[in-house]
Amino acid sequence: MAAIEILDLEKNYLVGFWRKRPKLALRPLRLTIEEGEVFGFLGPNGAGKTTTLKLLMGLVFPTGGTARILGKEMDDPRVKSEIGFLPEQPYFYDHLSARELLNYYGQLSGVPAKERSARVEQMLARVGLSESAGVQLRKFSKGMLQRVGLAQAILHDPKLVFLDEPMSGLDPMGRREVRDLIQQLRHEGKTVFFSTHILSDAEALCDRVGIIHQGELRGVGAVAELTSGTQGKIEIIFCAQRVPVGLTALGAESRISGDMVNAVLLEEQQDAALEVLRRERLKLISLMPVRSSLEEYYIQKLRPTEGQKEEGENEADRKGVGA
Amino acid sequence: MNSRIGYIAFNTFREAVRDRVLYNLIAFALLLSGAAILVGEISIDIERLVVVNLGLTAVSLFGVVIAIFIGIGLVSKEIDKRTLYTVLSRPVRRWEFVVGKFFGLTGTLVVNTLFMALGVFLALLYVAHRFEKIDAWVLVALYFIVLQFLIVCALALFFSSFSTPLMSAVFTFALFVIGSLAEDLRGFARITQGVGGWLAMAIAYLVPNFSALNVINQVAHGDAVPGRLILYNSVYALLYSAMAISGAVLIFQRRNLK
Repeated sequence: MAAIEILDLEKNYLVGFWRKRPKLALRPLRLTIEEGEVFGFLGPNGAGKTTTLKLLMGLVFPTGGTARILGKEMDDPRVKSEIGFLPEQPYFYDHLSARELLNYYGQLSGVPAKERSARVEQMLARVGLSESAGVQLRKFSKGMLQRVGLAQAILHDPKLVFLDEPMSGLDPMGRREVRDLIQQLRHEGKTVFFSTHILSDAEALCDRVGIIHQGELRGVGAVAELTSGTQGKIEIIFCAQRVPVGLTALGAESRISGDMVNAVLLEEQQDAALEVLRRERLKLISLMPVRSSLEEYYIQKLRPTEGQKEEGENEADRKGVGA
Repeated sequence: MNSRIGYIAFNTFREAVRDRVLYNLIAFALLLSGAAILVGEISIDIERLVVVNLGLTAVSLFGVVIAIFIGIGLVSKEIDKRTLYTVLSRPVRRWEFVVGKFFGLTGTLVVNTLFMALGVFLALLYVAHRFEKIDAWVLVALYFIVLQFLIVCALALFFSSFSTPLMSAVFTFALFVIGSLAEDLRGFARITQGVGGWLAMAIAYLVPNFSALNVINQVAHGDAVPGRLILYNSVYALLYSAMAISGAVLIFQRRNLK
């Protein structure tokens, strides 16, 4: 069963003084996320990631379309007890301690009273906050608040967890801990849908990613596939203080750093390049195929499509005529 | 009561207490003890009248100010600070959130009023040296003041469900002032002819009738409050609050939380 089925979900806001001018936040979005999957929703700031999450959480209402979460309509109240949500840059009740906050959320999520205390302590330990459990949240750092946010999202043992920019504002150690936590959730069989603009996190954690830009889903793909392919190029590293002329003649893009040269050239030029190195009596350090990276896929998907280019050009023409 | 409403109400109460809302009690206690001592010194035979009048008016004003200033921020603060996101992403319906907030704030005001009432009775004891049977009517006046708070809280919540905190405060306070003059407005409507009369009548019946809930002067003079008025006022305050809360819920149900 699909954990999330997004069926042409769409959102326009009405802006301006009279609230008559529509502003597009999300174009009709169609996306399916399978159970047990870790899905990364990637895009630059303002791309529509948070809007999508808010729509799924029922915090804003769609202009069109719908979604099914764990087999139920997204506005079905029963869905909420099976999902967890961490908003971007979470902010909680200042006057509560971490323990009191988790207890409150446990009450609201319907965690039975008998289990609640034990569950709260377990979550505090899991996110490394046992020692600060009694401290009021107004004294917490941003990183500590993020941990509380993660704890509240998984407190009631949800099947599906939505995380909006979970690594935002965290130091490298904090990011590592969040990564570990997401890995643990994967091993527990949970479905994780998280938004981020940090590609290395997505590459390390996700089974699949979706790229969204300007409110439009530009592409969806399995990370393993996107990063397994070679680009038909090889990278040769060898000891030298200058680039051999023969290599430049083969069309290699070279970079010298210290006593080493790093050259990238087409796969079919491999034998010829090695021949150049042998002839020049240069020491080969390594030879590797150049792998595709998520970054390249991301940048490729963020480029304007042909239709958008035309649209942009037409817009520029209109402005030119107007001027 | 639905348990989630109870949890939200308790959290609202706890927030208000930890936000040091009840610190106003210190100002109230100082004001009242100072006034009682002063009245004891300068009044002859009317100490009770002055203390009851002054004490109950202070209870009412302190409470209304708290009701407005917490009430207008109850929902908007949660939206601004985004604490609402983690609440509404749980099995909590929007109406439960609004109603829970309302009960939390009225609970805070009831506790506040209890402490202030204690202060009034202590001041009364100080100036009169003993309690009399007629002092029981002060309790009725206090009950009516709590009913006023119910309506003010509900109105503050209603306005804050679609307006900015500042405008909500202005609207609620304006309604409190107009409502306190409701009887005069009705009298004016009765003697005015034509469209103006109809308009005045419509406004007089639309705004909350706070003047009917104000029996401070009456009890200060030791006059009894009719049982029928207690019943009517109770039903009126409950219905008016329920209407305002329903309006708040209807608006909040459709609101996009940006």
